[in-house]
Amino acid sequence: MFEEIKAAILDGDAEKTMALVKKALEEGMDPLEVLNKGCIPGIEKAGALFEAEEFFLPELITAGEATKAAMELLLPELRKKEDAWQSAGKFVIGTVEGDMHDIGKSIVASMLSAAGFEVFDLGIDVSAERFVEEVKAKQPHIVGLSALLTSTMPKQQEVIEALKEAGLRDKVKVLVGGAPVSSEWAEKIGADGYAEDAVAAVKLAKKIMQ
Amino acid sequence: MLIVGELINSSREAVRRAIEGRDSAAIQRLALSQAAAGADYIDINCGTRIEDEEETMQWLVQCIQEVCDAPLCIDSPAPGALAAGLEAAQRRDKPLMINSITAEQMRYAAVLPLVRKYKAKVIALLMDDRGMPETAADRIRIADRLIGDLIADGIAPGDIYIDPLVKPISTGSSFGREVLEAVRYISERYPEVHKICGLSNISFGLPNRKILNRIFMIQAMAAGMDAYILDPTDRAMMGLFYGSRALLGYDPYCAGYLKAHRSGLYD
Repeated sequence: MFEEIKAAILDGDAEKTMALVKKALEEGMDPLEVLNKGCIPGIEKAGALFEAEEFFLPELITAGEATKAAMELLLPELRKKEDAWQSAGKFVIGTVEGDMHDIGKSIVASMLSAAGFEVFDLGIDVSAERFVEEVKAKQPHIVGLSALLTSTMPKQQEVIEALKEAGLRDKVKVLVGGAPVSSEWAEKIGADGYAEDAVAAVKLAKKIMQ
Repeated sequence: MLIVGELINSSREAVRRAIEGRDSAAIQRLALSQAAAGADYIDINCGTRIEDEEETMQWLVQCIQEVCDAPLCIDSPAPGALAAGLEAAQRRDKPLMINSITAEQMRYAAVLPLVRKYKAKVIALLMDDRGMPETAADRIRIADRLIGDLIADGIAPGDIYIDPLVKPISTGSSFGREVLEAVRYISERYPEVHKICGLSNISFGLPNRKILNRIFMIQAMAAGMDAYILDPTDRAMMGLFYGSRALLGYDPYCAGYLKAHRSGLYD
């Protein structure tokens, strides 16, 4: 059963993945086991294939969507046994102010959800004030800032400064990403890390949560 | 039909190094090779130089102008860097192109005066304060407004180059078709307005990107695209460009195709 779920995720077949997960739950399987032995290995394998350039972006995206669909069935069950389960971490994500790029940020958000993170996607054109408010309200472990224009990269720095001013900087890790962004830039503006793509972002987020 | 050569961009490793070492000869070679390969305009983008973009832009413009007669396309999302580049480039009697204006309120207001002041051609990117377009209908809505505003503000339709904003088909199966439909509409509705696009976004996230880029160039031309931002030294791409242009009837007596053939411009 776990192998079938994993295979359905790798095929990017959301319907089949959901049907299998439903069946597993009906048969009385432990949802945590379905998650840890079926879904997570599936999406992790997709990530590894993507890194090896054997999988390409559409395959990574559909595998992420299939896993997300499975998570939606599993989450209510997992929450029922609250003491046994918690999300991989809370993650607030958005594209910085003045920047309308949606695609990359949304793929990262989707892959994080698939990896078991509780993700709050603030969308695009998000001001520094809004990031601060949401960090205050949601108390995430990590906040992710996307910038796809050289002209909006400085906004990532503004968000970090605003978090400092609000006294929140030491309460949350800040990750940055986007085509023109680099690890040098991340270091320069005092971010906690840079990820080149969605797979790298999930890895980094998991590492931070360890 | 117009080719804007895309190689002078500081996000490319060779250009980054040339800028850091103030290696003007390397920049000049890049400009000359693109002009020789058939570029009508040389694009200059140094957006990755966040601390000194304006100064770098001026340096690039000056160093290219020393050796190369080709018109320049000043490329930045920052109005300040556009102004710096245009100021440096205006000292000679050559047309200028600005890359780019959008329908975002602030960017429109900041870039429009530059288009007017330098009587420049302008690339108008189809995005507004609501974000980036997904469908052909989104693009058409923004194009109607942006073209209307530019013309009302005194810009000649023939100086407008609409960039429909190409997104990767790896992230949305219909993203190629949505662009083609919008280009068809704009061509029909605004026959004097030009359409321009880059060719690498379409293939992001997929293998064999060059093949997709080339096919999309041809498909877009059939839909009415009449300008491209590309690498003119890519001989295979240029062969398809000249061939496609001749096949669609934009090349009287196949003269351009034959000239390119004799000059050995493509494989």
